[in-house]
Amino acid sequence: MSSITADGQATHAHTSGEFGVGEFISTYVFSRDHKVIGLQFLFSTLLWFLIGGLLAIGIRWQLAWPWSDMPVIGPMLFSAEGGQISPEFYTMLFTMHATVMTFLVIIPILAGAFGNYLIPLMIGADDMAFPTLNMLSYWVMWPAFLFFGGSFFVAGNGASSGWTSYPPLSSVTEAAPGSGLAQTMWLIALTCVGISSMMGSVNYMTTIIQMRAPGMTMMRLPMTIWGMFITALLQAFALPVLTAAGFMQLADRVFGTGFFVPEGLIVNNSEMVAGGGQPLLWQHLFWFYSHPAVYIMILPAMGMVSDILSCFARKPLFGYKPMVYAICGIAGLGFIVWGHHMFVSGMNPGLGMTFMVATMMIALPSAVKTFNWLGTIYGGKISFTTPMLFALSFVLMFVIGGLSGIFMAATPVDIFIHDTYFIVAHFHYVLFGGTAMAVFGAIYFWFPKMFGRMMNEPLGKIHFLLTFLFMNGTFFTMHILGAVGFPRRLADPYHYETFRHLLPMNQFMTICAILMVACQIFFIVNFFYSIFFGPKAGRNPWHANGLEWQAPSPPGHGNFDFQPIVYRGPYEYGSPEVDEDYYPQTQPPNERGDTDEPATMVNH
Amino acid sequence: MGRFWSLLFLSVPILGVITFVWSAMGLYPLERHWFPELVVADSNIDHLFYVILAMTGIVFIGTGLAMFWFLWKYDDKKYDGPVWYSHGSHMLEIIWSVIPAVLILFLAIYQMDAWAGARMRRPMLENGQPKPAMARVIGRQFEWKIQYPGNDKKFDTPDDLYTTNDLHVPRDEEVVLEITSEDVLHSFFLPNFREKQDVVPGMKQFIWFKPVKDGKYDIVCAELCGWGHYKMKGQITVESASDYRAWLEKAYNEQELSEYSLAEAE
Repeated sequence: MSSITADGQATHAHTSGEFGVGEFISTYVFSRDHKVIGLQFLFSTLLWFLIGGLLAIGIRWQLAWPWSDMPVIGPMLFSAEGGQISPEFYTMLFTMHATVMTFLVIIPILAGAFGNYLIPLMIGADDMAFPTLNMLSYWVMWPAFLFFGGSFFVAGNGASSGWTSYPPLSSVTEAAPGSGLAQTMWLIALTCVGISSMMGSVNYMTTIIQMRAPGMTMMRLPMTIWGMFITALLQAFALPVLTAAGFMQLADRVFGTGFFVPEGLIVNNSEMVAGGGQPLLWQHLFWFYSHPAVYIMILPAMGMVSDILSCFARKPLFGYKPMVYAICGIAGLGFIVWGHHMFVSGMNPGLGMTFMVATMMIALPSAVKTFNWLGTIYGGKISFTTPMLFALSFVLMFVIGGLSGIFMAATPVDIFIHDTYFIVAHFHYVLFGGTAMAVFGAIYFWFPKMFGRMMNEPLGKIHFLLTFLFMNGTFFTMHILGAVGFPRRLADPYHYETFRHLLPMNQFMTICAILMVACQIFFIVNFFYSIFFGPKAGRNPWHANGLEWQAPSPPGHGNFDFQPIVYRGPYEYGSPEVDEDYYPQTQPPNERGDTDEPATMVNH
Repeated sequence: MGRFWSLLFLSVPILGVITFVWSAMGLYPLERHWFPELVVADSNIDHLFYVILAMTGIVFIGTGLAMFWFLWKYDDKKYDGPVWYSHGSHMLEIIWSVIPAVLILFLAIYQMDAWAGARMRRPMLENGQPKPAMARVIGRQFEWKIQYPGNDKKFDTPDDLYTTNDLHVPRDEEVVLEITSEDVLHSFFLPNFREKQDVVPGMKQFIWFKPVKDGKYDIVCAELCGWGHYKMKGQITVESASDYRAWLEKAYNEQELSEYSLAEAE
């Protein structure tokens, strides 16, 4: 139980003496409060972000100094080989790096952490529509954490069929080390992630549709909420397909069915019993979810960036409605473009043309969004705060990632660049340069709301600068590797004459990657120091308009100490109607607002 | 600091363009950091890549410069003018929707012929029948098995020639290959030929190309096929038609001899 003081800080009524173990558990562990669940997601995903980053360093080490002893970590992990990464281990590394980053970091940090934390606050609700379901959506992630984590410690040291888990390699247990128990655990974990996301998406949709504060029409929703809403729709409609496909693959492995195993397969010199299946079926089912998942991984980030840009440019978001339509357009098209992952898979080439045209069309709403972001900063008063820097870099990096997507949408060009580092460059620009940068920006932006304290700006800027430099050093060069045809997923690409001269470039990238991971120490220190010792933040330290900034920092149980009533959209910065350069959504028309007091005070 | 950050963002388009131009020109230290030498007649893929590179490059430079200029000019420490209070412009939205739409439509149509040539218009014989495969490529963990049909031009007959990781093709001829897999997915990738096709168990597929330059080139496996994926290395040799026929004959005789020798030994 908590109450809120006049300066906007929430305090808990209980002293430590009264606060029992049971209550501690119900408040902070099995909590049904969306904010606590959001923070639980945030801490868990940030931990996995670190693990995923370290897995990436393993990959990069092998590509820069193949078959050489890894200092410190090598002897600890594989003493038998003298500290070298084996090809089996390398295959596991990139499989698990991608799996962890996609399913345990990006999707849950956007939807689980920020979705949970922000949705009720930004729409003026006191909690999610289904708090218990919300709690379960977090705790169902734990079996996923345990199965993914546990798979490192069974035979094969982790799944190693690639994150796409293409059969027959993945569905035939004899096909590779790491496609035994580890792969089964991987599939079970994937199912748990699916169930968690499903629970979340039902909650987000219901909450956004049903629980908006009075006056909060759909066209007054912040872009962050639009991004979360459309993401929830995508999850609800696309995810069951992957979950079903996962069960089918599990059945192939455990019960000997043959959904994805063709007739007459010979693996390890023995013929498979089951047959009659079709390996391409998995690819269709997998990408039917995993392509929309690309948008699940970017739409909320786009929303958050829109909010940050508008706030620090002190200007209304340029083209709000086109931005909303663009999100809807991206999501709609996202459902019919999965085949562009399969141009060289053996799919009917006629179908390739259809997918090519649909894929190219996605460039349109993406362009609309980019130009609108530029329109937003044009003619503003830009303050270069840490969240703003991350948001600006999102725009620039998203442009690179989006434009390189056109190369692979072009079917003939895709023949050459498919499965090369060009693709790796593309999706790292979208997912690291884009989403991860937006996530950092969002953490710096909403941190005062989450913890009631400010993060350190100079440290934040150093973190931004180093991350930005080393990120480009790591990923931009991948385009060049891709142009040479340098393939992904090879433990030793220098085995081929064609790629032998690319070793120095890989060493350069690896050094950048190591430094990129290392400079996250600035973030970690800043984050944890500020939670405890950062300067206290009032309700609205950025002078922003959104509803969440009218609640106390951090908000107590039930979020608002007044009934928020919404009078306008969230982007009224620089409005000529008021003296200040911002005009909070809850402030009645033509009435001066105050930074630290809510505009409308009624009993809660 | 606004000036510093503006310049940092400006450095992205500048360094990006320099890196691409530098490697495409093959200057030190980025020699051979661009497409591997093209050895087939069809340069559609390279051409299309450059067309897209030019279009996206212009957009990239344009947005990068615009962003830099806005950041430079509207830095709140330097700019004293009024904020442009605007919620958007219908006309601008139309302009920046229609122009990309036209460009994208152009690209989509422009590339169709190249795609059809690469995947749909299989070379024909004079009698109008599709040209039969010169060889069959079979992917298996972790090697490429090559099967030539022999003099009767039919696969799986006693005069078939088998090699491992060694594919020979004649220069200046349309080569059709049949590709399939015995176990898991592989991907038959010839970087110098701009050719790539996933090799799917249970499916038979055809690819074609016309090599125009003699030499030995890598066959790469581009689809994860297990721990030994990186070792799945083959070689394709392009040679004159007469050298190719001589090689076929020699290889066939060697195969006969080895079978004969093997029988003797037993």
